[in-house]
Amino acid sequence: MASMPVVVDRAEKFEKVVSILDRYSRRPSGLIPILQAIQHEYQYLPEEVLTYVATSLDVPPARVFGVATFYAHFALEPKGKHVIRICDGTACHVKQSLPVLNALREKLGTSEKSTTTADMLFTIETVACLGACGLAPVVVIDEQVYGQITPERAVALVDEIKTMEAGLATAPESEQPLAEVVND
Amino acid sequence: MTNTETVTSTLGNGNGISTLAQVRRVIICAGTGCIANGAMKVFEQFKSEIAGAGLQVILELRAEATSDEIRLSKSGCQGFCQMGPLVSVVPDGILYTKVRAEDVAEIVQQTLVGGQVVERLLYKDPATRKSCRGLEDNPFYARQDRLVLRECGFLDPEDIREYILHGGYRAAKKAFVEMLPDEICKTILDSGLRGRGGGGFPTGRKWEAARIQNSPKKYIICNGDEGDPGAFMNRSVMEGNPHSVIEGMMIAARAIGSNEMLVYVRAEYPLAVERMRGAVAAAEREGILGKNVFGTSLSMKCEVMEGAGAFVCGEETAMIASIEGQRGMPRPKPPFPAQSGLWGKPTIINNVETLAHVSRILNEGAEVFRSIGTPDSPGTKTFALTGHVSNTGLVEVPFGTTLREIVYNIGGGVTDDAGKIWKTGFKAVQIGGPSGGCLTEDHLDLPLAYESLRSVGAMVGSGGLVAMNQGTCMVSIARFFMEFTQRESCGKCVLCREGTRQLLALLDDVIEGRADQNTLDLLEKLGRAVQVGSLCGLGKTAPNPVLSTMRYFRKEYEEHVFEKRCRTGRCKALLRPEINQEKCKGCGLCIKACPTGAITGEKKQPHHINPELCIKCGACATACKIHAVEGI
Repeated sequence: MASMPVVVDRAEKFEKVVSILDRYSRRPSGLIPILQAIQHEYQYLPEEVLTYVATSLDVPPARVFGVATFYAHFALEPKGKHVIRICDGTACHVKQSLPVLNALREKLGTSEKSTTTADMLFTIETVACLGACGLAPVVVIDEQVYGQITPERAVALVDEIKTMEAGLATAPESEQPLAEVVND
Repeated sequence: MTNTETVTSTLGNGNGISTLAQVRRVIICAGTGCIANGAMKVFEQFKSEIAGAGLQVILELRAEATSDEIRLSKSGCQGFCQMGPLVSVVPDGILYTKVRAEDVAEIVQQTLVGGQVVERLLYKDPATRKSCRGLEDNPFYARQDRLVLRECGFLDPEDIREYILHGGYRAAKKAFVEMLPDEICKTILDSGLRGRGGGGFPTGRKWEAARIQNSPKKYIICNGDEGDPGAFMNRSVMEGNPHSVIEGMMIAARAIGSNEMLVYVRAEYPLAVERMRGAVAAAEREGILGKNVFGTSLSMKCEVMEGAGAFVCGEETAMIASIEGQRGMPRPKPPFPAQSGLWGKPTIINNVETLAHVSRILNEGAEVFRSIGTPDSPGTKTFALTGHVSNTGLVEVPFGTTLREIVYNIGGGVTDDAGKIWKTGFKAVQIGGPSGGCLTEDHLDLPLAYESLRSVGAMVGSGGLVAMNQGTCMVSIARFFMEFTQRESCGKCVLCREGTRQLLALLDDVIEGRADQNTLDLLEKLGRAVQVGSLCGLGKTAPNPVLSTMRYFRKEYEEHVFEKRCRTGRCKALLRPEINQEKCKGCGLCIKACPTGAITGEKKQPHHINPELCIKCGACATACKIHAVEGI
């Protein structure tokens, strides 16, 4: 089974946040880039970090939470190890992106409400448009774009990752970056 | 002389172009689409194959390149993404499509060494089955009039020197050295350039409004928050020719007296963010941005900011709020951003495509620009043609071009779901995304321009053009857009926040068979109320897709409501699967497949479906070998 997300040591967590805050000179106007940098670091925005950011910028926590919940890009829940994004822009939609989404949800047992699998391996999201309309329908798995996808191929891609993950689990502490394996 | 000196000294006389033209170039499209299809593997393969064939390969632009060298470079998106990865060989004028790494050896041997064309990699016109050697005989490109996109496929976006050698930053230099701010505003106003982001406001008038403000601090913002699902022209320009955007911004800054510029790019476009950032850094290195711009006492700085995923931030005042670190919520206008914008200072926000036009207008004059397009809508517009057409991609045409020309001649005609040409398949074109409307067969000969589109209840918008075939349910399309605007409504105005939610619920009633005449009346009434009662463009235009489909496809709505029938079979709740009593042989396969036990029947006797139990999953239709299950 895959490992649960790494529990970050408290001191270390705030040390990173401090360096991000310093990079933006602790200006409240830099809130969005600050949150982006924090999310880049942790893959999501942990609640205690948001409160810490509010205190450091000398703004009410409500403002920080307000911004964090307003923009679709910010996640307040941890995401799975592999993020699958299905484009549901107009071009992808008319070229039948919904069957792809449904096939993946069925395969991984997720729904519109619960987007991450119980084993924290996969998160399924929809995005409005990735700007790759010429390749519609499009699916992005861990930053790798797959064009003209079918439900069958999408499920096959997930199977590939699952097989690879099973292989990783038997060989613990492997530092091999996943993306490279997926790309080929 | 160093490279930098060579390049900077050519600014203004354009000497370098002749030496460049002699070098044989292999250009690999490195836009988002082509990279997804494996363009980078093709690039690496070329690098090793060219070297292996004993040819000289150069990856960097050099002033002293010789003719036996081959320059290998990446380009930005050429807008023909479906056929990618694209490989062009110039000056031979060959365009190879769908190139795989395995094909590279053949291209190197046949074309670069032997001077022959690799026939099988050429684009084939689906209508005539003829191979097209290059851009001139390719109907997709030949019928376009590319101004903004012209360089996108040929310049290396990561090499500022190439942009400069092709005449880049000359207009900016002219604006800073030879022209006064009011002259620049007048030239842009005379050209008739209008905002390409949707509204179509005259750019020159906007600049003039900011210019006359008496403020020591003013801002220029480039709107690269292309949120319309189904449009990607701004992404292509930012990826393919980022310097043309920076140059346009510099001219705008000079015109209004600003020294600070900001590019706001959508977070979903990582490559565009990277290329814009790289271009700003390169311009700083070359001394184009920074202190004492072009030897004047003026300074100029530029930042690139990534959006955080909110469609409403494409609206000017919402974008300003977002840059200030707030939730992206619009505020009432006036005061207009040109009077009081970012941090309360006069601010100009222009779309990427608008800015990309600016340097050409200054170089060639307002008259040349005016000579293209229609009197009210001069110039060209890039449309993102997608959906059920043979050639999808970016199409730049003069305003006034008809829909027929775009869909049939450039797009190569309407296709079915499998991608085959469907001669009578045209149903509608959705233009302008979630703010726009539908055009039908009756509008095929309508010249596309700002006013003509508004008169039929649609709008240019950002330029998304989605072709739809007869198999598309228009109610579902309206629902799709309504779901989008409902999700993206910022929540400030009650009518937008609650109204879009109710409109969506009403459309669900239509799709799921719960609607009656009242539903249709309410849809129209509420739609108009949302238009009136919303502050910004998102709410004002959110009901457009519903109102426009109701106007042109009334019959289809009525079928859903009164006959509880969807002619395309896309609305599952309205399906009535039946077993054709004459075809059915009573094999029992469907009985086994049915998960709810809705099918009954004796062996070797025709079976029946109990509509009460049927959940319309379609398992029976899949199981039946003789296609006796109908209506699903």
